[in-house]
This record gives sequence, C-alpha cells and structure tokens, in this order.
Amino acid sequence: MAKIQGAVVIEKERCKGCDLCVVACPCNVLALQPKEVNDRGYHFAYPANETACIGCAACAMVCPDACIEVYKVIER
Amino acid sequence: MTREEIIKEENKVYARPALLRDDVMHYCPGCSHGVVHKLVAEVIDELGLAEDAIGIAPVGCAVFAYNYIECDWIEAAHGRAPALATAASRLNPSKVVFTYQGDGDLAAIGTAETIHACTRGENIVIILINNGIYGMTGGQMSPTTLEGAKTATTPYGRRHDLNGFPLKVADVVSLLDGTCYVTRQSVHTPAAVRKAKKALTKAFLNAKAKKGTSFVEIVSTCSSGWKMTPEQANKWMEENMHKHYPLGDIKDVDAKTN
Amino acid sequence: MKGNEAIAHAAIRYGADGYFGYPITPQSEVLETLEALMPWETTGMTVLQAESEVASINMVYGGAATGKAVMTSSSSPGVSLMQEGISYLAASELPALIVNVMRGGPGLGTIHPSQSDYFQATKGGGHGDYHLIVLAPSTVQEMADFVGLGFDLAFKYRTPAMIMADGIVGQMMEKVVLPPQRKRRTDAEIAEQCPWAVTGRTGGRPRNVVTSLELDSAVMEKNNERFQRTYREIEKNEVRYETKYTEDADYLIVAFGSIARICLKAIEDARKQGIKVGLIRPITLWPFPYDAIREAARNVKGILCVEINAGQMIEDVRLAVSDAVPVKHFGRMGGIVPNPQEVLDALEKDFINPTKA
Repeated sequence: MAKIQGAVVIEKERCKGCDLCVVACPCNVLALQPKEVNDRGYHFAYPANETACIGCAACAMVCPDACIEVYKVIER
Repeated sequence: MTREEIIKEENKVYARPALLRDDVMHYCPGCSHGVVHKLVAEVIDELGLAEDAIGIAPVGCAVFAYNYIECDWIEAAHGRAPALATAASRLNPSKVVFTYQGDGDLAAIGTAETIHACTRGENIVIILINNGIYGMTGGQMSPTTLEGAKTATTPYGRRHDLNGFPLKVADVVSLLDGTCYVTRQSVHTPAAVRKAKKALTKAFLNAKAKKGTSFVEIVSTCSSGWKMTPEQANKWMEENMHKHYPLGDIKDVDAKTN
Repeated sequence: MKGNEAIAHAAIRYGADGYFGYPITPQSEVLETLEALMPWETTGMTVLQAESEVASINMVYGGAATGKAVMTSSSSPGVSLMQEGISYLAASELPALIVNVMRGGPGLGTIHPSQSDYFQATKGGGHGDYHLIVLAPSTVQEMADFVGLGFDLAFKYRTPAMIMADGIVGQMMEKVVLPPQRKRRTDAEIAEQCPWAVTGRTGGRPRNVVTSLELDSAVMEKNNERFQRTYREIEKNEVRYETKYTEDADYLIVAFGSIARICLKAIEDARKQGIKVGLIRPITLWPFPYDAIREAARNVKGILCVEINAGQMIEDVRLAVSDAVPVKHFGRMGGIVPNPQEVLDALEKDFINPTKA
C-alpha cells in the first residue's frame, strides 16, 4: 500500500502566529510555539507532530503570510 | 523516510508564489488580504501575465498592495481605481489591468466609478475584498457592515433605520450588461481558497479575452476590526457574512449561453 | 472655428493618446468635436465620456501613468471636482493636460465667461505644495497652439499643465491655422521616453510603480524638494508674456486671456486721446512674469489690473512691483465682461483724473 509522507518548512520570521494553519491542518501536525517567539514577538507555527504530515498543503493555502513550504513523497 | 529525505526540491508541492515579493506584509495576523495576494500572484504567474499585468491599488489596508505583488502598479486615490483601470486598459489594450479594492473604497466613495466601469464593460478585473469594515482607519462602519455589527462608528451595532442596509454590491453589478462574470468567494478554508483561485483565473482570462468586466468579491475577515482571533473571525464570517453574502457565481455569461 | 473646437482638432493633430471628459457649459464642444471627428479611426486616439469630472481626471491619471499623452477639459465647477486628481498627478510627477474654460462662480454660478479661477489654477487648487504650468490663451489660435505647448511642457517637466481659457475664447469663432498631423508615439517610443511608465514589466524590466504615497517623512520631504527643484527650473525657463506699447507708457494695464484683447482696444482708444498706456499680457500665469512686470513698471505712474473677477492676479502684480507703483484693480464678476470704455473709465478714475470720481 502506498504511504504518503509530507513535511512542512515554516519561515518562522514571516509567521505572525495567526493560528489559521493549525486550524486548517487535518492531521494535527502544527502548533504554535508555546513559549518561543520570533523577532517580531509572535508565537510562530511549527510542525509539532511532524510524522503525521501528509503534505496536503492545507496549511500553506490558508496561510496569509506565505511562510509555509510543503513537500510530499508517495512511497509505493 | 526522514524529514531531510522528504524536503527536496523534487518533492515540493507548495511554495511561496514566485511573484510575491520578499517584503513581510504589513497586514494583521490572519488577514485575508495575504491569502488573496498570494492567489493574485499565482494566477498572474500561471497565466503568463507577469509582463502584461497592471495593478491598480486602492486606499485602505491594501494601499501597499504594490509592495507585495511583483508587477507594474498605479496607486489610485480613494475609490478611483476603476477610473484609472479604464484608461490604463483602453490605452494599453494588450495589457491586463486589475483593481484590488476594499469595501469602503469600492462600495462607498468609489461606487460611481465601480458601477460605470462595470456598465461600460471595461475589460478589467475588479477584485473586492469585502470584510465589512474600514480596517485601515480603525474599524468604522462600511457600506457592507452587517446589521447589528459593532464598529467604531456603530458602537451599539448597525441599525438600518439609522445607518441603512448592507450593500450587496456584487449583486448590483451583476445586473449591469457590461459585466461578464460576477462571483463571490472566500478564502477561509483550503477548499474555499481553491475555488477563489479558480474564480480569479477565470476573471483574468476574461480580461485577456476582452469579454467585459469580471468582478470577484472575496468575503473576508478583519480579525482586528472585528475584535476576534483569526479563527473566531472565520467562524463568525461563515455564520453571519456568508448568510448575507452567499458564496458562488452570481453571473457568468459563458455558462448562460448554449 | 470655435476655441473649444480648436482644442479638439489640435489634440488629435498633436498625436494625443486619450481624452476623457464630461459635459459642462461652456466647454462641451471639446468632447462633442472629438466624438464627431472619431480619431480612434484615424490616429487611434481614445475618446471617452466619463461619468463625472472626478472619473475624468482619474482616467487621465491612470492613462498618464502609462506614459500616454492624455487630457481632459472642463469648466470651473467641474475643475473644482478635479482638484484631488490634479494634486495626485502633480505628486506622482505625471504629464497631463487639463483645459479649464472658465465660467462665473462661486458655486454653480453662471455659464457666462469669467476668470475667477486664477487663484485655484496658480496657487494650488488641490492639497499640498504643487504648481501647474498655467497657459492663458487670448485667441482661438492660441487655444490650438497651447495644446501642443502644454503637452510638450508637461512631458518636459513631468508635471500637469493647464490651459486656462474662459467662456469667451472657448465660444468665440476665429480663423485658425492648425498644426500639422503628428503620429502618436509607439509603445516602444513611450518606453524609451518615459522609463517610469507603468506598461507591464515588458521584456522583464524591473517593475514600475506610480504612487504619491510615502509614509516615511524623510523620503516625502526629499520628494517635495525634488518637486520644488522642478518648479524653480520651470520658473527659470518657461515664463511667457506679451507686451504692447510699453516702451513709452505712462500707465500699464496687466491683463490675461480674452480680456487682454478688450484692454488693447481701450489702450488704442486712450492713445488717440494722447494718454500713453501699455499692456502686459501674461501668457504663463504660472510661472508668472514677475520680472517683466517689475521692469515695465519702472517708468509708469500706475498699473491697472483688469480681470474678469474680483481681483486675483493683482496679488501677483503687487508682489512684482512691491510698493514702487500704485496698483489698482478693475473687473466685472458673475459672467459680465467689461467693455473697452469701462476699462478707460477705470483708468481715468484711478490714475488720470482721480478727483473727478
């Protein structure tokens, strides 16, 4: 059976911590940094549960700041 | 597979649009403008219009739209973008001219320019970001503010006996013979983003094919102005804005003729 | 032909790219003539009747930003509506031509001739520190000639120019020699001549953005300094005026536009009576011919400013001569045009025989 694996790269300095990617992710991959902030003082998003990512790009599509890149591999 | 094995150029399925400039956008966290900017940048790029697109920026939150999308731009006076677009398009018929306006700009101070560009059937794309508020000036009532909504100038909620009714401007322009495509979209979910992109693509193709005016309204949020988190704002928009401003195509001359 | 018609013909012959206008008396013949001549079939010039003067001037702004030679025309109340757009044109350093065929104000006023928009045209009109190059024709020939001159100056200095005519010269019929037909510039010529123009990033060139917005005050001040340098250049190079009978004059009349012709008749009548009067007719109202008036005033006993208004240009004339010479105003308002005898009477009352009055 094919297995889909994904990964996201979040440009943390662009992120404003709006949380919309976290909400959009169907696999609960993303979270906002609970303590750490970026140079602008935002709790930026990060892949907290990386292995669950399926590379669907839902997060990237709704990201208003275009700070998410998505990669996807389909293993057969 | 390890993360390193996945993150390779050949596996990339979503990247920052090539025509989005490096500047960090000045919009508040969660603002719909950013998503629509991305879509406009993607559509211009994908249709091969990078050397043909001329954007007309509004007054309002998107006043700096020209800082973010890599194409030629003219910054208009408040509400006048469709007048600028009319001349830019007529004098440069090989180019594709689009305006990018908020609801205050397009549906209040610029109503006349909007209506007349649409009724003349100018071969342009008009993009309306409708978040029902004046964001830039601090959250005052706009023509599209819903009844009951609290704003800086309707602190007890908009009342139609005092402030009139919310203006369904897309429905208005759909009645004009010059519009070829009028649609209402949103960008709050991945599915909505996909549909909005399809609508924008159609609109830019219409302009290139000189079919008349395409009007794309994006029902949007203003979490700062609405005093909500971006997530709450999306929810409020779905429950309230989408009721008054239902999503979908309002007019499509291509679909009608058979 | 009429002055307004001459403007239309001259615009086509100049190779103008676009005209955007809205009907208002007494200048509607400009738009009417252009629509009748259908230049889009010949030179390719765009002509569009807009929904308002506000839209017209913003169409001019949009067209000018793409490097095209574009113009509009209107009359006083309409030009008031255009002031915002004119300020944007000036701030964005865009060439454009605006024609004001003035009528009597304030408010809706009258449809009859006036010169009461002098302050508006020469001192700003819209908001911010800017100037227009203001040309004041007194003949139908000049109506035609100033279209080309206005466009040339606008493009030379990248600033809007105005032809400030009035209802007399707009409606009056005279013989006129029209300029030869020029070809409209090609897109390649525009790209070369106007590297700032918004034409799409053709050939992948770095993008152009036309904007008057600058939130960094330090940069905005630099922008203003650049505008002012341009204005100083214009003041140095572009002052235009005409003098008649000034060499031996005891008295000087300063008048612009159509009323200058009436004054010339008054001057000729005065000279028959042995009163030596000369005329200075400013052709550019901005830049104003301060030096020429100062020079001409050196040997005169008094200056009469004759204007079809309550006295506007007189402020510039007084600036020119300081207190060296008495300066008086004569004018009519509300659309009434003084006749030569009234001008003579004013001259006599103010200077020649002041006790008689």
